[in-house]
Amino acid sequence: MEELDGEPAVTVIPGVNSKKNQMCFDWGPGEMLVCETSFSKKEKSEMVPSCPFIYIIRKDVDVYSQILRKLFNESHGIFLGLQRIDEELTGKSRKSQLVRVSKNYRSVIRACMEEMHQVAIAAKDPASGRQFSSQVSILSAMELIWNLCEILFIEVAPAGHLLLHLLDWVRLHVCEVDSLSADVLGSENPSNHGSFWNLVTILVLQGRLDEARQMLSKEADASPASAGICRIMGDLMRTMPILSPGNTQTLTELELKWQHWHEECERYLQDSTFATNPHLESLLKIMLGDEAALLEQKELLSNWYHFLVTRLLYSNPTVKPIDLHYYAQSSLDLFLGGESSPEPLDNILLAAFEFDIHQVIKECSIALSNWWFVAHLTDLLDHCKLLQSHNLYFGSNMREFLLLEYASGLFAHPSLWQLGVDYFDYCPKLGRVSLELHIERIPLNTEQKALKVLRICEQRQMTEQVRSICKILAMKAVRNNRLGSALSWSIRAKDAAFATLVSDRFLRDYCERGCFSDLDLIDNLGPAMMLSDRLTFLGKYREFHHMYGEKRFADAASLLLSLMTSRIAPRSFWMTLLTDALPLLEQKQVIFSAEQTYELMQCLEDLTSRRPVRGESDIQQLQDEDIETTKVEMLRLALARNLARAIIREGSLEGS
Amino acid sequence: MEEIYAKFVSQKISKTRWRPLPPGSLQTAETFATGSWDNEENYVSLWSIGDFGNLDSDGGFEGDHQLLCDIRHHGDVMDLQFFDQERIVTASSTGCVTVFLHHPNNQTLSVNQQWTTAHYHAGPGSPSYSSAPCTGVVCNNPEIVTVGEDGRINLFRADHKEAVRTIDNADSSTLHAVTFLRTPEILTVNSIGQLKIWDFRQQGNEPSQILSLTGDRVPLHCVDRHPNQQHVVATGGQDGMLSIWDVRQGTMPVSLLKAHEAEMWEVHFHPSNPDHLFTCSEDGSLWHWDASTDVPEKSSLFHQGGRSSTFLSHSISNQANVHQSVISSWLSTDPAKDRIEITSLLPSRSLSVNSLDVLGPCLVCGTDAEAIYVTRHLFS
Repeated sequence: MEELDGEPAVTVIPGVNSKKNQMCFDWGPGEMLVCETSFSKKEKSEMVPSCPFIYIIRKDVDVYSQILRKLFNESHGIFLGLQRIDEELTGKSRKSQLVRVSKNYRSVIRACMEEMHQVAIAAKDPASGRQFSSQVSILSAMELIWNLCEILFIEVAPAGHLLLHLLDWVRLHVCEVDSLSADVLGSENPSNHGSFWNLVTILVLQGRLDEARQMLSKEADASPASAGICRIMGDLMRTMPILSPGNTQTLTELELKWQHWHEECERYLQDSTFATNPHLESLLKIMLGDEAALLEQKELLSNWYHFLVTRLLYSNPTVKPIDLHYYAQSSLDLFLGGESSPEPLDNILLAAFEFDIHQVIKECSIALSNWWFVAHLTDLLDHCKLLQSHNLYFGSNMREFLLLEYASGLFAHPSLWQLGVDYFDYCPKLGRVSLELHIERIPLNTEQKALKVLRICEQRQMTEQVRSICKILAMKAVRNNRLGSALSWSIRAKDAAFATLVSDRFLRDYCERGCFSDLDLIDNLGPAMMLSDRLTFLGKYREFHHMYGEKRFADAASLLLSLMTSRIAPRSFWMTLLTDALPLLEQKQVIFSAEQTYELMQCLEDLTSRRPVRGESDIQQLQDEDIETTKVEMLRLALARNLARAIIREGSLEGS
Repeated sequence: MEEIYAKFVSQKISKTRWRPLPPGSLQTAETFATGSWDNEENYVSLWSIGDFGNLDSDGGFEGDHQLLCDIRHHGDVMDLQFFDQERIVTASSTGCVTVFLHHPNNQTLSVNQQWTTAHYHAGPGSPSYSSAPCTGVVCNNPEIVTVGEDGRINLFRADHKEAVRTIDNADSSTLHAVTFLRTPEILTVNSIGQLKIWDFRQQGNEPSQILSLTGDRVPLHCVDRHPNQQHVVATGGQDGMLSIWDVRQGTMPVSLLKAHEAEMWEVHFHPSNPDHLFTCSEDGSLWHWDASTDVPEKSSLFHQGGRSSTFLSHSISNQANVHQSVISSWLSTDPAKDRIEITSLLPSRSLSVNSLDVLGPCLVCGTDAEAIYVTRHLFS
């Protein structure tokens, strides 16, 4: 076992007194059953009245959120699309596909977050409002981490472009600026607005220099005294060299230009050009990448990773991916300044900056309350071929392990199980066995649901499960006295034994009532008849009835005889068959030939000679035997007469 | 088919139905009902596709459908039909048949009428009842016909407390769907591939006619009757095959068309444009079958086109011609496949599409992936 990463959290179950009584529990997939036993904790044998409830304890509670269900369902489609991305695709086209998938995942998270936010605002009682708000912050953290992973691991942006992506990342997640900007620009005199300089500073911190310049021009218009220095600052902002996506300049060219621009800024600082305006002076310091000046804006930066990106923007815009972790660590230390310790989110982001994917996934697994995030992120990173060497000590690789956990959680949910199936499909090692174990445990309350489950099993050639599900349904039908349904299910399962059992029930009902039920089914068995001997017999026997009804006596007679001689008919039923032969024997014309009559006699003798001799017998039995003896006598008489007629007829036919 | 709107609704949708338009109305469909299944709590919900081109007050996107109201439904919604403008009849997995009433003034739904033990199993020899799922319901004001896993057919009349007519043991296997053929005749399909016609004028529990697929006894899951030609019937089976039947003649389907890869859950002729047919399936696909695409048809359409109501004008002025073409389009036995154009309407397939409904240019469908898709430009 690996060592634990932290103390497991204690879950208190309201209403259970674990101090007094011993507890017992049982594991389930994704959940646990817990109850109090009647044993006291002290060694005394006295029985303490215990709590009469069994508790179900769920770990993956997020599965039960109504809003997150949309996340699960929508991302399921994206997941399937990702699995179908052609393995052959390589290089650029593959990368762009993967980035697109990643963006799709993020947009689903965002959509959920927005809806959750709406619900949180609309919530009536503060408790649930708080709960929704905390969900919003979790979702937002998820998106933040995912986005960073996308930049670092999937996009794998080279030096220069890397910073542009990071800037976008920060702009997307520190978005208070937009409402502030609307507020300031909406006022009568923007440059006199209390937050005017805050806004300009934030724009500079986020590298949105064009917007910052526009703001400054408003200030220049308002106070002619500072118009000059505002224009100089605006020029500095305009001339800052940046890498634009369509630009063909090399990195060295950029570095050279940037160095030049940086020196120019430095000169303005030394000349104290902006000394008259402290706001502009501090902006200049920020643009020089002055750490102290940046840290003064802690409030506006709001978090250390914003600080990191701004610091890189103005001190090392062509930072290489490998150097990121050094800047990240130091930015975190500088920003927190020993006042507070890093939170789980900080550790996850730091791990990402260190390119330690496994640490990212591990920390996320511990910090987040669902498997959705790690399962999907790991799967995506695995498709980027980033996780292949890593094997866990329990059989499957990490991707598969996390997908299995997530899918098991889905199966524990009463209606999300259908999603879980596809996730199991893409777990090459343990997916199939997991599916086999889970699928049999889905409660089947309607045939429609059963058909859906059966379809899942049949598509995957899970014959064992198909049989067991059909058997369950057949048993249910038998219990409900729906023999036709029961037979249909056993035919579908190709379950010969059960088909025999149901056929026997049909025959028994026939013997009791003298007519068949469910003729629509029996008359249309077709090739399914061959499933079991008894079923064949049932079908053939009905065919006999048909022939008899249509007065095709000769065909009927030979079918009847062949049922016995081929031993398809159960011996217990022979008496009924022979009795059925009686009216045929009594017809005016001769139907059974002499040879056939001999065979019939043979059957009758077989039957009577093997009849067990009973020792003691009550009156009812005696009566039954009496009837039986009369039947046999009648049959013998009829057979003998038929034989006589047949011999005469055959003799005379030959003679003529 | 560019504009198809999807909305995830956090419940698996088993049925979707458009609310019928008032007779003579010229407006297009804008309200539909859905039923959910396999959730801890199931709901019957009414949705509005709202005003076209207007942004909703709560920021909904154009064309997005908004929930009007919903009500809890005991058990899975197995089938759902509009009885009239305000009333919805549902079939439940608990064997219960419920009529819900929609109050447009305060946008609520309430239970109007209920037959709780419409479908049940009688245990062997015991008087104890256990409920059996009701699998299908069809309405023809004032009559409601239901079928169930118990092989029973019930005929209810709105405002009657008891069933007007019950056929016990009508089928030895499960009845999957029912539709009116022509009053008072109904048509049922069952799980051993049979189509049965029942005439309520006849006493006893024997069907007046049985039609069946030969051989494989493939279960049939859905049935729909041609809106104008009552003898033309389409069914969908477990193997995803579409069968077209002429109930006047023969006991076998006129044509069998290979369609989906898994159970076909629903088939619908377009109510006013029956050369078009729609099917959906467990394999997650939704198909539009167009049998109007033979060459002479095309040209006549072309000559008469140019007006906004092409289909309407076409069918009125060309009655005889259309009549001819419909017969040949669905009932012709010569290689009909060549002349039927099939379009897949959903972008990517994943989980089962359980239900669909068409009305005018609008289509709605619901899936196990908990999404409802709506389009309002079916023929554009």
